[in-house]
Amino acid sequence: MLEVRDLHAFYGKSHILHGVHMTVGDGEIVSLLGRNGVGRSTTIKAVMGMVECRGSVKFKGEEMVGLKAYQVAHKGLGYVPENRDIFPSLTVRQNLLLGQKGKLESERWGMEDMFALFPRLKERADNEAGVLSGGEQQMLTLCRTLMGDPSLVMIDEPTEGLAPKIVEQVARLFEEIRKRGVSILLVEQKLAIALDISERLYVMGHGHIVFEGKPRDVREDAAMRKEWLEV
Amino acid sequence: MEFFVISLLNGVSYGLLLFMLSSGLTLIFSMMGVLNFAHAAFYMVGAYVAYSVGLKIGFFPALFVAPVVVGLLGAAVERYGLRTVHRWGHVAELLFTFGLAYLIEETVKVIWGLAAVPYRVPAALDGHLFTLYSTSFPKLRGFMMLVALLMLLSVWLLLKRTRIGLVIQAALTHPHMAEALGHNVPRVFMLVFGGGCALAGLAGVIGGVAFITEPSMAASVGPIVFVVAVVGGMGSLAGAFLASLLIGVMQTFAIALDWSLAGMLGAIGISVNEATPLYSLWKLQISQVAPVLPYLLLVLMLIFRPKGLLGTRAD
Repeated sequence: MLEVRDLHAFYGKSHILHGVHMTVGDGEIVSLLGRNGVGRSTTIKAVMGMVECRGSVKFKGEEMVGLKAYQVAHKGLGYVPENRDIFPSLTVRQNLLLGQKGKLESERWGMEDMFALFPRLKERADNEAGVLSGGEQQMLTLCRTLMGDPSLVMIDEPTEGLAPKIVEQVARLFEEIRKRGVSILLVEQKLAIALDISERLYVMGHGHIVFEGKPRDVREDAAMRKEWLEV
Repeated sequence: MEFFVISLLNGVSYGLLLFMLSSGLTLIFSMMGVLNFAHAAFYMVGAYVAYSVGLKIGFFPALFVAPVVVGLLGAAVERYGLRTVHRWGHVAELLFTFGLAYLIEETVKVIWGLAAVPYRVPAALDGHLFTLYSTSFPKLRGFMMLVALLMLLSVWLLLKRTRIGLVIQAALTHPHMAEALGHNVPRVFMLVFGGGCALAGLAGVIGGVAFITEPSMAASVGPIVFVVAVVGGMGSLAGAFLASLLIGVMQTFAIALDWSLAGMLGAIGISVNEATPLYSLWKLQISQVAPVLPYLLLVLMLIFRPKGLLGTRAD
């Protein structure tokens, strides 16, 4: 579904990604791990067309590099930012409507699906999104992107700073997303969650991929974890 | 009483005209971060186009045609000028609009000449709407208020009740996120820039007949529109509305008042005459300092409340 080859990305003069290779298959959950600042967020932003980049990003066989972010979104790639970039002065319902790409709801996800998954959002549907708690805002950003009916959704640090109970809810949503045939590329700091839900994992260091494997491989490779993951 | 009501009506109608101008400026600024120095130039183009088109098809059709022409011009400027300049940062954009203002002014001089054009009040709007005591209130002023209020209502409905309005509101604060959700934000920028220019053009159609249509008309409203945007709060439509009325009313009253510090001191028994040091300052009448008042307000506002009356951003 997604095939990234030799991806280089730049912020102004600084060269952040040095040739990233990775793939995500149909209906697969893949995690991208690594310490802060190794380029995980930049990788998904580059795939999304939000930073200047070079190389190749093929999505369903089509080249994405060179397209604008809104064009990439229309091809079916969804992006959930790490900073909970909600539209704070708009209501929860308006935020969700903005996730939709046209006037009509998609077949896979509608407003009612989101409300059924997170009743809390329904209760607060007509409140300004800015007054929601951190956890609620995180759910809103996730649901908002899903409303656009992506076939692959890239999620940046969804559980950062969330209470354990909400982390559980978010993990349940991932299962639901996969059940409906949507692939997930997850950037995650919490190793336990990533190992729990992913089918495959990539580990990044210094702007490229340093390890690729299944959860079992990560669990067994203490040396790799010590070198690239543990603080 | 008579003086008060008439001055208030004049002030409010002038304020509403200022709002037609500043609303576009504020929308463009809050969305794109571009302080459009050429905004008043689009106002002037609106007046000239309405004059020329009006000669052929009449004032009222021109009231619709001219803003559309100015809006298309604005959209083209955004699409083929600003969008390219954007990547070099805000200073480059500022210089671009600064140069554009002169370019438009010189082009207007080449096409329509240096002298004022005879853009006159149409017969239907000539005359008095009503007479209060002994002072009459012109129909044109009433029409100015009506158009401004209708414009305010349509902009509000567009922003609050339509899907494109929702996208505009989202892109106002979080353009990157809105784009990542699949909204064509560059096109929204073009629409907002064109729309803002069209509003300036509409103000020009009316301002042109109410005042004088000449090449210096942009320079005569340009600075005051910036004052309105800053005092109201950069990026706040409601703030621009409030500040427009405030400055409109303040200006109108100030011009009409002949009070001076010397007179006020005289009234409480302190005599000020030629022998008093700085007598020329003391005897200044409010009407004489009226043109300075908005800028005084601007300076005070920047010192004491830099984000403006209702502004949300401090930068």
